[in-house]
Amino acid sequence: MAEQGVAQVWRRIRAMYRIEGNKCETCGTHFFPPRPVCPECRRKGKLENYTFKGLGSIYTFSIVRQAPDDFKRQMPYVVAQVELDEGTRLTTQIVNVDPEDVEIGMRVRACFRKIKEFGHSGIIVYGYKFEPVMKVTGHKQ
Amino acid sequence: MVGIVGYGVYVPRYRIKTTDIAEVWGDTSGRIGKGLGVFEKSVPGPDEDVATISVEAARNAIKRSQIDPKDIGALYVGSESHPYAVKPTGTIVAEAIGCTHDMTCADFEFACKAGTAAMQVTMGLVLSKMIKIGLAIGSDTAQGRPGDALEYSAAAGGAAFLIGMKNPLATIEETVSFTTDTPDFWRREGEDFPSHGARFTGEPAYFRHVGEGAKSLFKKTKTTVDDYDYFIFHMPNGKFPIAMGKQLGVPAEKLEDSLVVRQIGNTYSGSAMIGLARILDIAKPGSKIFMVAYGSGAGSDAFSITVEDAIEERRGQVPTVDDYIERKTYVDYATYAKFRRKIKALG
Repeated sequence: MAEQGVAQVWRRIRAMYRIEGNKCETCGTHFFPPRPVCPECRRKGKLENYTFKGLGSIYTFSIVRQAPDDFKRQMPYVVAQVELDEGTRLTTQIVNVDPEDVEIGMRVRACFRKIKEFGHSGIIVYGYKFEPVMKVTGHKQ
Repeated sequence: MVGIVGYGVYVPRYRIKTTDIAEVWGDTSGRIGKGLGVFEKSVPGPDEDVATISVEAARNAIKRSQIDPKDIGALYVGSESHPYAVKPTGTIVAEAIGCTHDMTCADFEFACKAGTAAMQVTMGLVLSKMIKIGLAIGSDTAQGRPGDALEYSAAAGGAAFLIGMKNPLATIEETVSFTTDTPDFWRREGEDFPSHGARFTGEPAYFRHVGEGAKSLFKKTKTTVDDYDYFIFHMPNGKFPIAMGKQLGVPAEKLEDSLVVRQIGNTYSGSAMIGLARILDIAKPGSKIFMVAYGSGAGSDAFSITVEDAIEERRGQVPTVDDYIERKTYVDYATYAKFRRKIKALG
């Protein structure tokens, strides 16, 4: 069966898998999702692809207790705006944490998760979510 | 010499205690964990599968190795729970970790030893100089029919090993395999849960294949148990590897450190590989490691590995196996059933 939406998902794979946006080499501003034109520098802007490091802090968040059907299995879950260390913000789910433990300012890192499925026989959409930074034995700051 | 230039693991955060599973099926004695040697098992979150676990393990391996992912010439993911029946998991992993498009990639399947089969293939490609670095992943979200003996151990987790020649943190001196047609455990196309031959999975299957693989490796390398510091055998439960060790005359203390099955269960394709990762987390340079992975159906892959000096400087970069084991949140059976899609009304 031919399926709607496959090309749309495919076009966004690099942005969704690796948090690939872009950076204006003229003014140094980072963008996610990638922009076709730097809104500040306009035609003087020079946009280059940029893969974000995937580290940031929670800017604001909400706990979802009434979810659409695709997300019912995950209730309750946290949707947050994360401010990436490079300066731009994105909207994402926060996982690997109990909702009551989430705080504004919490340090988080990108992880790779299933975002949604197009039913039982459709494609599976993967991408970034964020989780609290983890303990690493022997790590020196 | 060919070796492991980086490795990383991933174990989901959720755990269920085997006594909690037993209570659902009427066993309130609290003895089930002790009998099986599995006290709790890892449970994948509702948005985790083999692709996500593989990506996390692979990202850890790359960060530890400090290689450029564009140098990876082959990527193989071994699993018996690939999210798609047709469409590779490996392509998802390759794109997510930033590989070049000029590479080869495939999914492997050989019950619990698909990941070590991937290690052998990447070793061959590296040794023949067809590729610079290969990435072999063993990862599973194992299925167990509700109420079946497998439900107490079928867990989720994965390990990724980068195989190459330059500055390895452990060298692989030799690998051998032992393969027969032995139907001890299987899952037919379209079936949700595997079936198994109960006691038949023991003597003619696990013990014969792991035993023969081990003996063959001892013979080929002209070594004995005394030449090795650590042993790892595939861990379908906590009992089998210990019994295997006894049969081969391995002292308990040489096996003890690899027995991750007690805390996270049987991660199938990840099982022996996570055991190996745990040893690499703690072993001193110069240590010798003997690993035998087992896959039902049936076969074993045995490896002789020596830890190199480079390992010390690669520690502290990414979470260890123990960091993942200790990061846990217990769920009850109802939540486990919800996460593992055992509640059909939710779709």
